[in-house]
Amino acid sequence: MDTKQDSNPACPVPLSAYEQILMAHGGGGTLMHRLLEQVFYPAFGNPILDQQGDGAILAPAGGRLAFTTDSYVVHPLFFPGGDIGTLAVNGTVNDLAMCGARPLYLSAGFIIEEGLPVATLKRVAASMAQCAAAARVHIVTGDTKVVEKGKGDGLFINTSGIGIIEHELVIQPRSLRAGDVIVLSGDIGRHGLTIMAQREGLTFESAIESDCAPLVDPVLAMIKAGIDIHCLRDLTRGGLASGMVEIATTAGRQINLEERAIPVREDVRGACEIMGFDPLYIANEGCFAAFLPERDAALALEILKAHNCNEAACIGTVTAGDAGLVTMTTSIGSRRIVAMLSGEQLPRIC
Amino acid sequence: MRYIDEYRDAHLVRGIAGRLAALVTRPWTLMEVCGGQTHAIVKFGLDELLPGGIRFIHGPGCPVCVTPLELIDKANLIAARPEVIFCSFGDMLRVPGTAGDLLTLKAQGGDVRMVYSPLDALKIAHDNPKREVVFFAVGFETTAPANAMTVYQAHRQGVRNFSLLVAQVLVPPALAMLLASPERRFQGLLAAGHVCTVMGYREYEPLAERYGVPMVVTGFEPADIMQGVYLAVKQLEEGRAEVENQYKRSVHRDGNLTAQRLMQDVFTVTTRQWRGIGKIPDSGLKLREPYLAYDAELRFGVSEHRVAESTDCRSGLVMQGAIQPAECPAFGRLCTPDQPLGAPMVSSEGACAAYYRYRPKKL
Repeated sequence: MDTKQDSNPACPVPLSAYEQILMAHGGGGTLMHRLLEQVFYPAFGNPILDQQGDGAILAPAGGRLAFTTDSYVVHPLFFPGGDIGTLAVNGTVNDLAMCGARPLYLSAGFIIEEGLPVATLKRVAASMAQCAAAARVHIVTGDTKVVEKGKGDGLFINTSGIGIIEHELVIQPRSLRAGDVIVLSGDIGRHGLTIMAQREGLTFESAIESDCAPLVDPVLAMIKAGIDIHCLRDLTRGGLASGMVEIATTAGRQINLEERAIPVREDVRGACEIMGFDPLYIANEGCFAAFLPERDAALALEILKAHNCNEAACIGTVTAGDAGLVTMTTSIGSRRIVAMLSGEQLPRIC
Repeated sequence: MRYIDEYRDAHLVRGIAGRLAALVTRPWTLMEVCGGQTHAIVKFGLDELLPGGIRFIHGPGCPVCVTPLELIDKANLIAARPEVIFCSFGDMLRVPGTAGDLLTLKAQGGDVRMVYSPLDALKIAHDNPKREVVFFAVGFETTAPANAMTVYQAHRQGVRNFSLLVAQVLVPPALAMLLASPERRFQGLLAAGHVCTVMGYREYEPLAERYGVPMVVTGFEPADIMQGVYLAVKQLEEGRAEVENQYKRSVHRDGNLTAQRLMQDVFTVTTRQWRGIGKIPDSGLKLREPYLAYDAELRFGVSEHRVAESTDCRSGLVMQGAIQPAECPAFGRLCTPDQPLGAPMVSSEGACAAYYRYRPKKL
């Protein structure tokens, strides 16, 4: 008889063998620390996070800081072109880029529903790590909480971000000037349509994927080239239309768009026509609008196209007209108003 | 994109407008029946391309808008029951009833689900054998075949936990009422292209002859609508009153006979209340005797529910073309898509919603 094994007093239930998240994983005890050690520290590890303090001690170089926060509740968690992790990093990185900042640090807070497979959490963490590396940011602090089954839709993530502004431009809606042109970085409608199709089990002949991507490099390249950017906006919830209305209202200017200039892929157009959606109102996760003087437009387009923004186009202008009004010249040459929608777009009936 | 781009060609559309201007010698008013056509007209500003004297008034072709308030309330009553999964097209979720809408009920814990097709609702019934699944069957003749198919399939498959809250309406009786009205303000009509895809246009021929009103079955793209207007005005200028088909790529005179046979098997004609307009004889569909087990009003005992309409909402006048949405005192003030008084302000085919979204003010 091998007495060494027989007399081992260790508990036969291995703590690390749980395949699903339990309430105890949010309890602040050993199970929670095991979760951090097995999932988050390996994925996000960096000298600041590894200090494991209650907060991160940062020492950015002097200058203005940009600070933003966003929460991610997408369902399903995984979809063609991305997942909740890619959104959580790129979304916050992009908000910093829209301030004209170079993103530096992110925090990541997780609210996990009891029963979520640990493998799912690992997959999300790996996505986040990959996106953070691509955007050259570090995830330096975070939090995990677990809620009871039925109270969490799988996983919610909040990320906050800090970036540094390394130029003198004042990038905000109030900087808009009459005569500015609006440069769109790419085609619209892919992300929202992808999520809707996944959620509702719709299939289209061509596979539509989310456009989720970081926007830092094209923005910083434009700033570095001396382009006098007045305003930037990534076109997430509410799409291009809502972004334009918000900016026109805050800036107290009128915006005029050219429908024929707005890039929309054929498969997105086709899906929108069948469902009765207007691509102008569909969320995007890798597309932004830049407001800049007309003299800088050609260079801006050149820089965008050199940074994989192959569909970049000038889509409109800012005028002194009615504050908050957004108009559009339609494909048949008439003009109509582009307004904010009350709620979500709903599919057509007949 | 085929069937879209060529019908949105600016050159073509303006060419038709030019030919129309050369043709017209006196003012004419046309009614376009379908809400989808109304939205296209306002979205593309087609009314502003018409020569002076030609104008549109908007008809009652929005099935969400004409669903009576009492049916909305019945939907809410049924959806509030804990055993029910209530399925509906999206637009119906926002229409206000007497005590709120289905979206609010969802937020309060009701199991209300948006579906893209009635067959989705049948699948939900298969997947949830212990729950009662109800589908809100709204629409004109366009949606009737799919709803009929769903009941037919449910019956064939022996599905017991599925029922339909029927709100189907028919276009020709409503047109007959509008045509017969002594206050009729239009001389020509653009008939609804997708309704006619299903039903054909034979049943419009006696109406055109009896009332001396030309009718053109029209599509939904800018070039379709402009061409429909051109053909209607040409008839008026020439003193003719016939039914013509502009939407030939989709519509045949007899329509889709298979769809019609299925509708006749499952449904029978009944009198329906049209919200804001009133009772129109033989203007709706109800389930036939063999399928009455699938009628949600009977199943849930809500047949006798009665309500009174709000007096602030003028949707009835809008849908009969008596006023334009902006002429309603509540438009944009008391009544907005966020806080609608009636259905035309929330429905994606409602005239009030079209004006609020695309033309909240004059450009």
